[in-house]
Amino acid sequence: MQAVRSQRKSFVKEVVPTLPLYRSAPALEVRLEEFELFALDRLRVLKGISDGLSRGKKHDEMQKLAIELWKTNMRHPQASEDVNKDIISHFVLRLVYCRTEDLRKWFLSMETALFRYRFMNEQPEPQRALMEEFDLPYKAVGGSELESVLDKLVQVSRSLGAQSQPTANDIFFKVPFEEVPELVASRRVFISKGHAYIARNQVVSLVATQFRSLLSKALILTNRKWTTTIAEQEKDRLTPIVEALSSSYLGPDYSEPKEFGQISLKDIDDAAKSSFPLCMRHVFEKLREDHHLKHGGRMQLGLFLKGVGLKLDDALAFWKAEFSQKVGVERFDKEYSYGIRHNYGREGKRTDYTPYSCQKIISSTPGVGDHHGCPYRYFSEENLRAALGKMGVTGRAVGDVMDKVKNKHYQLACTLTFEAIHGSSCDAGINHPNQYFKDSQTIIKSKNQSAA
Amino acid sequence: MTGEQVSKGSDDMMIDEYEQKQGSVVPEGFNSHYLKVYYGKLFPYADIFKWMSYGNDGKHPACDQSYFSRREFSFTLDNDVYLRFQSFNSASELESSVKEKCPVKIDIGPVYSVDPSKRHAYAQSGDNVFTPVERELIFDIDMSDYDDVRYCCSGADVCLECWPLMTIAIKVIDTALRDDFGFSHILWVYSGRRGVHCWVCDGKARRLTNEQRAAIADYFRVYKGNENSQKKVSFTGHALHPFLSRAYTGVLTEFFKKLLLSQKIFSTEERYEKILDMIPDPDQSITSELRGRWQEKRQTSSSKEDINVVRWEQLKTMLQSGKPKVQGLRRCVEEIVFSFTYPRLDMEVSKHMNHLLKAPFCVHPKTGRVCVPIDPNHCEDFDPTAVPTLSTLLEQLNIGGLRAEGDNEWDRTALGQSIRFFRSSFLQPLLKSCKEEMESSYTARLQQSKNSFNW
Repeated sequence: MQAVRSQRKSFVKEVVPTLPLYRSAPALEVRLEEFELFALDRLRVLKGISDGLSRGKKHDEMQKLAIELWKTNMRHPQASEDVNKDIISHFVLRLVYCRTEDLRKWFLSMETALFRYRFMNEQPEPQRALMEEFDLPYKAVGGSELESVLDKLVQVSRSLGAQSQPTANDIFFKVPFEEVPELVASRRVFISKGHAYIARNQVVSLVATQFRSLLSKALILTNRKWTTTIAEQEKDRLTPIVEALSSSYLGPDYSEPKEFGQISLKDIDDAAKSSFPLCMRHVFEKLREDHHLKHGGRMQLGLFLKGVGLKLDDALAFWKAEFSQKVGVERFDKEYSYGIRHNYGREGKRTDYTPYSCQKIISSTPGVGDHHGCPYRYFSEENLRAALGKMGVTGRAVGDVMDKVKNKHYQLACTLTFEAIHGSSCDAGINHPNQYFKDSQTIIKSKNQSAA
Repeated sequence: MTGEQVSKGSDDMMIDEYEQKQGSVVPEGFNSHYLKVYYGKLFPYADIFKWMSYGNDGKHPACDQSYFSRREFSFTLDNDVYLRFQSFNSASELESSVKEKCPVKIDIGPVYSVDPSKRHAYAQSGDNVFTPVERELIFDIDMSDYDDVRYCCSGADVCLECWPLMTIAIKVIDTALRDDFGFSHILWVYSGRRGVHCWVCDGKARRLTNEQRAAIADYFRVYKGNENSQKKVSFTGHALHPFLSRAYTGVLTEFFKKLLLSQKIFSTEERYEKILDMIPDPDQSITSELRGRWQEKRQTSSSKEDINVVRWEQLKTMLQSGKPKVQGLRRCVEEIVFSFTYPRLDMEVSKHMNHLLKAPFCVHPKTGRVCVPIDPNHCEDFDPTAVPTLSTLLEQLNIGGLRAEGDNEWDRTALGQSIRFFRSSFLQPLLKSCKEEMESSYTARLQQSKNSFNW
């Protein structure tokens, strides 16, 4: 222990205070139980951020939430150990989350979000130090150049509904637009000839993008190392911990139906009425009505049904029965059956795809002619009220659901709908359409049993 | 997807006949025999190869000789068989494969890390070696996405009344790609039936990540939602973003005036109700006042001015009156104009590197029209109904008779103009800058290795 401690101390001095960039793995020894405990603490933070985002919390709410989560979970009894806990937990989770594309994606988004909130929480001085550390391709714009675009910068700021407008005294940075994709995507910057003009308070986006791209590359490398050497070397020590960590906390992925195992074609319509969440009911009904669904709808419903327990053969028969009415059997076989087999891992990359979670469905962006996505988020009030009525939600419950929707608590709205329909509470909340289905079937079964 | 098949026997006869009888009329239509002639004599293989090589087919030491052969081509055959992951080493390999297989559609995919036809050999080594590394930034705009704002036709049909929607899209997107994003090698192509494709070919564009592509696509996206949600276009700020305001004043308002008349946007109750629905007027006083006036107006439509123009002016006057009641609705006029005119992109196509897009100069199997380039500077003159069709091209070939060797066959047809335009305004400037880029990166690398030798 003594030896371990002295090593740690020498390490601390090399790290940037408060906000590390995790460039290289720490050269320090870690006790096995800390390895796991630190990782779990960090997971609590990331999971909390993930939940907050999928509830549609606003930016400043998220900022507060993330800092709170960090303070509660990541403080070490000895303040000097805070940075080490930060670094160790990050690298342990890298191992845990490097192993599949889905895991990497989740970890990457959550770590980047966390970094962003922590960066914003810093004072200007450390912020500047971090920017330097990244060696960013920015150039401060001032003088006549700034004046020549100032009216555009003011216009952007007005388009965002800002209270005060930029002046010639403000500092803007001119960066290649590729460096700030999220600011481009939301039209929060003025872009000219390939350069985006970013305001001081938008620098976080630039830094976060850098952080994300470094971490993304690092995760690929870690994965390679994990599969080639670490997993085997550590098979008696770290590997079991790492594997348990990833599954224990993210919740089940519902890729394989466990409890009910199967659903047959003839039961689908009944099950849809009694146990599908609104997002699935809606695409399901649209499919029955139009005999067609666009790609997003096919994926959302197809994978859900797979999770519910529809076998590949039945799935093919199910989709064929609908699509052939619109495009003919021949075209179905040629153009659509591939996609269904693909979902079941029988074509292409041969990945067994997992059903979409609420978070994924809420964040999708349905376009013209699409029916997928979270109805609580995308339906107009009128359409949502009608849809709830059709599901059998009436009276005060409708108002309660609409309240949640107004506050962007889409999963809570869905939970309330579940409770209203089933007449029993759902304390865990709805996080996954397949969980909705499973919980619903459990309640229905127990009701049938007590009735019998 | 199935091309209209003409029975084989009679077809052979016809081809034989017209090859003998010069100047005979070639019947309209699309079939594999026509297509064979087209691929045999007209399709510009060398130009496609030059383009897709981006200068790597030269002798310069910085050339990447494997570049073209890592590009995915995909063929759709007459019997609806898809051949994906085709790749070729040269223009002549591409040519002989196309001639042999006679695909009804040729799609172009990304450049992969390794030759896509050998992807299985690499798959064994684990790791994702087979992955897209370069791809033009592409856009696909399809008229059927505008079905809720056009009354002349729907679905796959287009006519000169609705085509201006595509003209708007080209103008708005092209300007932004150049002025905002700084791209300069942009090719617009008629999709053969109801839309347009755009290829942005600058080196910088080809190397964008999926996330950056998605960002650009989102930058262009204004129209959101579908029949399930209410508001399609919603502006909440105190001003429009400079890009949108340039599109609005430079393109949209002018075209809206035309569409107002050609699409008769306010002519019936059903149509104007749709617009009134877009006004989020809390106590309904404005919408009901307008509705009242328009219902009366129907009886006394003696006014000389067009009813659509009159109603639009009334709506604008109401909403822009500056009365406290309409304060919250100040963006509404803009929202309506955007809803009816602003480009609607197929987002998924642009967001991912591995999306396939039909090659220029293909022939659309349903219309027989060639996917010719469109000049963005004169896109208002483009007439989709006047695009050369397979049968007219064959006819022109026929009339031309025999020519001296070395002459391009397409020079005798209407395709000549399109190919000349493709070369002069797209291919040549592109290859020039590819060469420059290659030269400067090579010198930079030389310099670097020199420096490292020095010490």
